[in-house]
Amino acid sequence: MGIVKLHKITRTYRTGTVAVDALRGIDLEIREGVFASIMGASGSGKSTLMNILGCLDQPTSGTFHLDGEDVSTFTKNRLANVRNRTIGFVFQSFHLLPRTSALENVELPLLYSDDHLSWKDIHNRAMNALEIVGLADRAKHNPNELSGGQQQRVAIARALVTEPKILLADEPTGNLDSRTSLEIIDIFQTLNREGLTILMVTHESDIARFSERIITLRDGLIISDKRVEPVQAQTALENWKEQDAVEIENEVTL
Amino acid sequence: MKVSAVPYVAFKAMRRNRMRTVLTALGIVIGVAAVITMVGLGQGASSEVQEQVNRLGQNVVLVFPGSRQLGGVSIGGGSANTLTIEDAHAIRDEIPEVVAASPEVRSQRVVVYGNRNWFTRIYGQSHDYLQIRQWPIESGRMYNEEDVDRAALVAVVGQTIVDELFEGSDPIGETVRVRGLPLEIIGVLAPKGMSLMGSVQDDIFIVPYTTAFQRISGRSHAMVINVQVYDQESMTIAQEKITDLLRERHRLAPYQDDDFTVQTQEDVAEAATETSRIMTVLLASIAGVSLFVGGIGIMNVMLVSVTERTREVGLRLAVGAKSPDVLLQFLIEAVVLCLLGGIGGIILGVITTELIATYAGWPALFSTEAMIVAVGVSAAVGVFFGFYPAWKASRLDPIVALRTE
Ligand SMILES: Nc1ncnc2c1ncn2[C@@H]1O[C@H](COP(=O)(O)OP(=O)(O)OP(=O)(O)O)[C@@H](O)[C@H]1O
Ligand SMILES: [Mg+2]
Repeated sequence: MGIVKLHKITRTYRTGTVAVDALRGIDLEIREGVFASIMGASGSGKSTLMNILGCLDQPTSGTFHLDGEDVSTFTKNRLANVRNRTIGFVFQSFHLLPRTSALENVELPLLYSDDHLSWKDIHNRAMNALEIVGLADRAKHNPNELSGGQQQRVAIARALVTEPKILLADEPTGNLDSRTSLEIIDIFQTLNREGLTILMVTHESDIARFSERIITLRDGLIISDKRVEPVQAQTALENWKEQDAVEIENEVTL
Repeated sequence: MKVSAVPYVAFKAMRRNRMRTVLTALGIVIGVAAVITMVGLGQGASSEVQEQVNRLGQNVVLVFPGSRQLGGVSIGGGSANTLTIEDAHAIRDEIPEVVAASPEVRSQRVVVYGNRNWFTRIYGQSHDYLQIRQWPIESGRMYNEEDVDRAALVAVVGQTIVDELFEGSDPIGETVRVRGLPLEIIGVLAPKGMSLMGSVQDDIFIVPYTTAFQRISGRSHAMVINVQVYDQESMTIAQEKITDLLRERHRLAPYQDDDFTVQTQEDVAEAATETSRIMTVLLASIAGVSLFVGGIGIMNVMLVSVTERTREVGLRLAVGAKSPDVLLQFLIEAVVLCLLGGIGGIILGVITTELIATYAGWPALFSTEAMIVAVGVSAAVGVFFGFYPAWKASRLDPIVALRTE
């Protein structure tokens, strides 16, 4: 059963008299538990699509079913609930609240939850989410005291804290070096193995090969949609150490 | 959303943006304090003037030398030399409605007692001056008509003189010197009370006008004649009679203007009130400008942070906040800020007013209306500029708000 079902989705940006057709009819179905990536050249509409999937933006036309419900008909309030409960969103530029501790950043979505959690629950769940991304020891640090990779992990913890059904990530590794990117992807694969549906935008095929499905966009249309055998980030990380060693050895022999 | 989370989020946001919070509150504090101080001093001055006028005495008519235009009154005048001591006597003796008349002459002199000096105003007055002013003697006595006739070297002093020259001990029978002239203190006036202007009024040194004219001031004409009329009903007729009498005495032809001015207490009060009203308006305008500047300050701080605010709103919406949640947060933030600023401004304003009142010797009155208006205006500015950008951001799609530059 598809957790995401897009039918003839279009999105036209109007700035003054100029209209840009960022999406020109997207049909897409994503099954639950899949780890898929969306690729494409710059300007092909990846972010536009992602924002619509994340209910951060509305399509110009078409229907969007999320978890069996037609969210294209939802009111603002119901969309807020969907963003809070069903979706976890990770941005390329992290978007953490400045001068606010990692823990408080992660607690943020829970404050807006309709579940009436106690302060203790909020705290514990945020702490758990930080543990999942391996940052429990940095809970009290502000974003400016964390590396880019750590900030992105805080952002992932924030996306996970409401236990969403689907994790959307728009170039989550776009601002990170390849080693840190691998660590982020490793977290994604672990989460995916536990059943979380993940949709990730990237323009690096190196990153896309860790997913099991690669969707490619061009000029607002899907031009290819392939199932592939994903590489394991864990293995890549282990090999990484060897690579380091190889480089050092080479330097020594030279 | 969790109800208790709204104020929590608001206070977190205020702490996170400490500089913004402090600067905004400061704008409010300054605006409110300025208004309270200015209006307080202005109104204090007005009420004091009013009170002073009332203290002139009952059924008092003042005769000033020189002609004056209506409204151009000055209480401390006396520039022209047209009023004589004989005029005062004539007013007292020839007009039945007049009970007492005192030709007044003032001079600023240093009074010396032992090794202590005090610079004060020496008033030459008739023996019935205290009756005109309705000012009781506390100890000793007032000089009598005989003392006046022989220009006795005696003086009656106010409480301030007792404090400054005698350090509070009984001055009666002691001799002080004014430019070498020995004067025996024979009476002490009852203190005018606790008000700030009261202590200024108590700084008074009264001698028989004969002594003042001949030995102290060197003048031969009265600066003002204080006249007491029998009762309130006779005021107008007494005024007319004084005018006729003085015109006759001064041999003024019908085409000539009066060379003196007769004013009742009400006339003086009206002019004085008008003057102090102008002052209050002036001070209030300055206060208004301060409030405006404070408002601009708040506006600046708030507008500078609009981008950050918009992004914050975008992020909160993106993680599932509903617009009302976010709006309530920013509203609480703005209101709390304005309340704190308002309270701080009131405290600062009251302290400043008290300080100025104490050290400059000005009276002060606190006006609730001024406080309400000042807090209201700065709160309106604060809430508007704090809340409006958030309100605008909350209407955007989350992604648009998030991407604001
Ligand atoms: N807010 C906007 N207003 C107008 N045009 C926009 C807006 N956002 C995107 N576009 C246009 O829509 C098209 C798709 O943009 P989008 O951001 O989805 O590309 P992308 O695939 O994410 O590119 P990149 O890899 O560079 O992030 C582009 O032509 C872009 O200029
Ligand atoms: Mg993009």
